[in-house]
Amino acid sequence: MTTVLIAIAALLALAAVFGAALGFASEKFKVEGDPIVDQIDALLPQTQCGQCGHPGCRPYAEAIAEGEEHNRCPPGGETTVEALADLLGREVLPLDDDGAEDAGEDRVAFIREDECIGCTKCIQACPVDAIVGAAKQMHTVIADECTGCDLCVEPCPVDCIDMLPRATTLATWSWDRPAGIGRRPEERIEVVNL
Amino acid sequence: MFGLFGKARPPAPVFDFPGGVHPPQHKGRSNGTPIQPGPLPAQLVLPLNMHLGAPAKPCVAEGDRVLKGEKIAEPVGAVSAALHAPTSGTVVAIGPRPIQHPSGMDALCIVMEPDGEDRWIERRPVADPAALGPDGLVALLREAGVAGLGGAGFPTAVKVTLGDQQRVEQLIINAVECEPYITADDRLMRERADEIAGGIRLLQYLLNPQHTLIGIEDNKPEAIAAMRAACAGSDMEVRVVPTKYPSGGEKQLIQLLTGKEVPSGALPAQCGVVCQNVGTAWAIKRAVHDGEPLIRRVTTVTGDAVARPGNYETLLGTPVRDLLRHAGVDGERLGRLVMGGPMMGFTLHDPAVPVVKTSNCLIAATLEELPEPPPEQACIRCGACAESCPASLLPQQLYWYAKSDDFERAQRHDLMDCIECGACAYVCPSHIPLVQYYRYAKGEIRHQAAEQLKADRARERFEARQARLEKEREEKEARRRARLEANRQKQAAAPAGDDRRLADLKKAVGKASSAYKAAVKAAKTAEAQETDNAAELRARADQLKAEADRLKAELRDAKAGAPAAGAPVPAPTDLLADLKKAVGEASGAYKAAVKAAKAAEAEGTDNAHDLRAKADTLKAEADRLKAELRDAKAANPGAVVKLAPTGKAQDNAPATGDATTSAPEADPEAAAKRQKRLKALKTAYNMAHKQYKEAHAALERTERDAGDDDRERLDALAAKVDKLKAKADHCRDALNALVEEAKADIRAHTGKDLKTLKLEAARAETALRQKADELARLRDTADADTLETLDGELRALDEEAQVARRALKQAVQEQGLVEDDQ
Repeated sequence: MTTVLIAIAALLALAAVFGAALGFASEKFKVEGDPIVDQIDALLPQTQCGQCGHPGCRPYAEAIAEGEEHNRCPPGGETTVEALADLLGREVLPLDDDGAEDAGEDRVAFIREDECIGCTKCIQACPVDAIVGAAKQMHTVIADECTGCDLCVEPCPVDCIDMLPRATTLATWSWDRPAGIGRRPEERIEVVNL
Repeated sequence: MFGLFGKARPPAPVFDFPGGVHPPQHKGRSNGTPIQPGPLPAQLVLPLNMHLGAPAKPCVAEGDRVLKGEKIAEPVGAVSAALHAPTSGTVVAIGPRPIQHPSGMDALCIVMEPDGEDRWIERRPVADPAALGPDGLVALLREAGVAGLGGAGFPTAVKVTLGDQQRVEQLIINAVECEPYITADDRLMRERADEIAGGIRLLQYLLNPQHTLIGIEDNKPEAIAAMRAACAGSDMEVRVVPTKYPSGGEKQLIQLLTGKEVPSGALPAQCGVVCQNVGTAWAIKRAVHDGEPLIRRVTTVTGDAVARPGNYETLLGTPVRDLLRHAGVDGERLGRLVMGGPMMGFTLHDPAVPVVKTSNCLIAATLEELPEPPPEQACIRCGACAESCPASLLPQQLYWYAKSDDFERAQRHDLMDCIECGACAYVCPSHIPLVQYYRYAKGEIRHQAAEQLKADRARERFEARQARLEKEREEKEARRRARLEANRQKQAAAPAGDDRRLADLKKAVGKASSAYKAAVKAAKTAEAQETDNAAELRARADQLKAEADRLKAELRDAKAGAPAAGAPVPAPTDLLADLKKAVGEASGAYKAAVKAAKAAEAEGTDNAHDLRAKADTLKAEADRLKAELRDAKAANPGAVVKLAPTGKAQDNAPATGDATTSAPEADPEAAAKRQKRLKALKTAYNMAHKQYKEAHAALERTERDAGDDDRERLDALAAKVDKLKAKADHCRDALNALVEEAKADIRAHTGKDLKTLKLEAARAETALRQKADELARLRDTADADTLETLDGELRALDEEAQVARRALKQAVQEQGLVEDDQ
């Protein structure tokens, strides 16, 4: 009988000690903020375009952390969906882009400068401060900083903003993916004018 | 150091590198003839990015005449090289032209037309390089535009600039030329070994290496002999390496000659090795000893489609077309035009592409010679690629990863260490274009890295903006609060009673003047219609004006006296009673006077006019008293409520008030959440709606432009429009649902739904307006008591309407429906 009591007492003592240790640790090493939101946010393309229905990438990251679908980011494309699925241990879902052909396409805003009336509305709309200009002065887009989010197009009262596909330059050009099995890898190019 | 000659005799220690292939050489075709001068074309096209790094910046303008060797473009930044006119002539254009790039894209070029005189600018040969010092020499090389002639085109000035702690153990001169077909370096060594040795000596002076090794493949015995003769008696050592592709790769040659393996991601310089191409050594010698910038190079022109294959000393900028014609190309037989070697070169899209600093070879091949690549077949996992890889990679694994876009794993298998030599693709029995897969994967990886960088920057900018907006809002809020506080303090400082009296007076003045205005209007109408009471109306208006003026004066006095005196106001209820009595008396007198006047008028007695005037005076008096009574009532709302009759609408008012006061506690968290969701949904809806509108516009545009022949595209567009519309509708429905939900919440919290609240507010407003109208109508005819009663009612209704409005507003705000309400 005493053995049993001793055993129970020992176990209780152990439980008390470990419980105290765990309680102390949870207080001492408490994690501030929500690290998963940061991780999700790091995977999103930061266009701040609102196409997911949230005002910015971080709000969407928060929503995903709370259980929203992770396939609502057209600018991120399939890659982002896969990365998010990988991070969250969820299923890879097809991208919810409503069949838009230009999903994931890199675009840049362009202001037709002679039509700009200098109303500053686009400047206020730009989530990344990529438009410069002043009241009654022509505005222009800093192309390198533009995320192609579209948010400046709607407020423009004279419709002078175009979303153009970002042109490939020698610096950004890269080789195409080979056509695949059964195809000739490189189409022969006729040499003319010789 | 005299033992060097003897040291070279025994077989030099040559190491080996893994893998490698032995493709047919095809070198004999072009290495039999001496280097011949190239053509002088009608136009020279000089790309600004002939070298690796930043493109040079033009320092001439269109129309400028330039001399041979004159600088036409400046180096920009650290990694860049200058550009010089290859012959004398005129700059005719600076603009985009097709260049030596596998993409076939255009780039900025300086186009010049030679004048045929070939007149040199004044050359400044350096006889004693030591006098210039290493820094001076490096600057000279940069100004002379010397870049690696081997293939990459890395600016030489950068490569020979050493860090402070850097020591060069081995200087390696790359004369391997391992790719098939190419013989430019071979011929150069055979004919200009002394000049090359001069260039190597300059490199030795700059780098101060412990050993200088010249690596030459054993398939060039004449070149080996020539170089040995040129290097005899010096500390340069010619090392013969076995023929194997790609022993000319920088890392492979370092491994062959020194046994050192350059670590992944490191530069040879970090292992104490500097590699220079043999052609570059020659260019360095020309630049320093002859004052001749890099304006020409030896290019091999070969292939079955040219009649006179060989090596041509070509001016930079010579279009490939001119060079091929010079070598006697047969356009009919030409099947494929390759710039560079057959292993690493690329097919040219346009024969107008110019020869540049890195163009060592042009292969004008027939279709039999370089046939179209056969179709890709499935990988059979034979492993031949792994055996041939000189970088000890696993080409097969890399292929699978690249093919399935698994770039992360491809990177873990050191894809970035692939030198794209093409050995794996050469041995592949399934004809898989492996290098192209690797290039694709590398491009994607670089692209993703750039995207990541951009996303990080966008995030930073977004967060900075949010912080800024937040700060602005806080500052605004703080300012507002400060203002409010200041106002409150001011109010507290001023005596409350005076304030109230002042306010009342102000109100009275306002009312009196509006009454006056109304009277004037009525009088005017009457005058216009020439009704007989026009004069009377006018008189009344005058009286009203006097009244208003009096009130105004009173207000002024009060204002003046208020700060000082702060005279206590008599108890409102007493005042009310007194006033009421006075009003009653005045109205009675007025009515009696009116009656008398009417009677007199009817009888046509001559004192009718007097009577009328008297009545008017009395009326004015009554009005004044009434106004005072009103003011007094306003000053004491409690009394008003007591006075006002109760009505159905009024019963609701307190209830609504109670409900609204209890609403804030209802569920602020849920409300906030809904507000957030509402905002999100609104964004989504706006987005969808915009997309729909855009698509619709695109459809219309297409319809207008394309007509019927583009039916398919139109249909597709129409389908898209429908889809987007559906999405927008869906969003709107969701939004509406949410709004409904919010309304339901309002119902739950206030006991009424939003509609009721709105209705109530509207009803109260209507009642108020009706009462006001009635009062206005009856003002002339009704007796004082009725008027008074009406007045009280009006006041009560006004309050009630205000309460209802407030309740509605609060409920709406609670649920985040503000915008919707608008």
